Amino acid sequence: MTGRLWPIFLRDLALLTRGAQGRGGAVLPLLFFLAVAMLFPFAVGPDARLLARTGAGVIWVAALLAAILPLDRLVEPDVEAGFFDQWALRGLSEEVLLMVRILAHWISFAVPLMLAAPLSAGLLSLDGPQLLTVEIGLLLGTPGLAAIGVTIAALTAGMRAGAALGGLLAIPMAVPLLIFGAGSLQPGGEGGLALLAACSLVALAIAPFAGGAAIRAGRE
Amino acid sequence: MQECGLVATDIACRRGDRILFRGLSLTLGAGEAIHLAGPNGIGKSSLIRILAGLLRPFTGHVERRGRLALADERLALDGHQPLEKALAFWARVDRAQDAQSAIPAFDFGLADLLDVPVRYLSTGQRKRAALARVAASDAPVWLLDEPLNGLDTHWADRVQAAIAAHCTGGGAVIVASHQPLALPALKTIRLLDFQA
Repeated sequence: MTGRLWPIFLRDLALLTRGAQGRGGAVLPLLFFLAVAMLFPFAVGPDARLLARTGAGVIWVAALLAAILPLDRLVEPDVEAGFFDQWALRGLSEEVLLMVRILAHWISFAVPLMLAAPLSAGLLSLDGPQLLTVEIGLLLGTPGLAAIGVTIAALTAGMRAGAALGGLLAIPMAVPLLIFGAGSLQPGGEGGLALLAACSLVALAIAPFAGGAAIRAGRE
Repeated sequence: MQECGLVATDIACRRGDRILFRGLSLTLGAGEAIHLAGPNGIGKSSLIRILAGLLRPFTGHVERRGRLALADERLALDGHQPLEKALAFWARVDRAQDAQSAIPAFDFGLADLLDVPVRYLSTGQRKRAALARVAASDAPVWLLDEPLNGLDTHWADRVQAAIAAHCTGGGAVIVASHQPLALPALKTIRLLDFQA
């Protein structure tokens, strides 16, 4: 089983990071994330105290929006091209394939985001401890975002206007992650990290089964 | 070649609120080929997907022995990859021993196209690439949906020869096609006879 999944994981990762077949790759969400962090000080002015107070929230909103960008390319092209049919013929379950895809998606969007977070923190004048909390929060929260993204992508695969619908569906599901992620930066909000991790785990546990059922239902 | 075959019993297929066909049974054993014939829209592709286990039949059930390989209108090859790499992906998934076996035992005339990205292939070349993927998968049971579409007469003959050779080698093939096939020992199932 693992021997068969390895080439599939490598293909997922290559497609999601480098981008091909109309997939934007990992660069687009990353640039988007940095662009939001860069635009925000222009909009609210260079007041360092105000930026430091609101900056963490901005980083989380930017991360959430960056996670939505690649949604329509996550699952749909492979359903359309018959890859999931071929995997099903080989006895590979959709659930396992989606777990692999969540991992590949997480590596391709969350790792660059965490690497770019210090830059955003600089633009939003967050201090060291705040940046550390943001990074821990992203580490705990982005697996949940990746899981929600893959679930929504599987649900909207094959629908017209699936991209727009996917974004609208993902936002409410990601709200708990946003609340606990940004909330963990408030004074005394450290408990938010534990709740953030809990939300992530719930999303991760549900995603492969919900997405797998969606892909199978899409065949009918 | 391992033991292989398909037994479908009393299959009915419903698409939307319409029953396409009902009461269809078929038995496919090693070395046999079955031609599913009928006009467009009669349910040939749906039956292929039911036999493959991708679509649930409205009634009836299918027993499968041996691995299946499917070639339908979905190519399942990455468009941006050169043909060789796109085929090699499936060879790795199927755990073929070495990269060489990504090139199938049957010659589908793809040797000159291996460095061409899949999206640049013509209709007939894409069809041959899909058949090459099926042949390279080493699965004994082939399910082919309109394998001759887009092929010129030369390649249509060569593909039928490859299907015949696969049967001779102990494999089993089901071909859905609205075109007549020239295969030895071919059973034909006319879906019109089972129309609801």
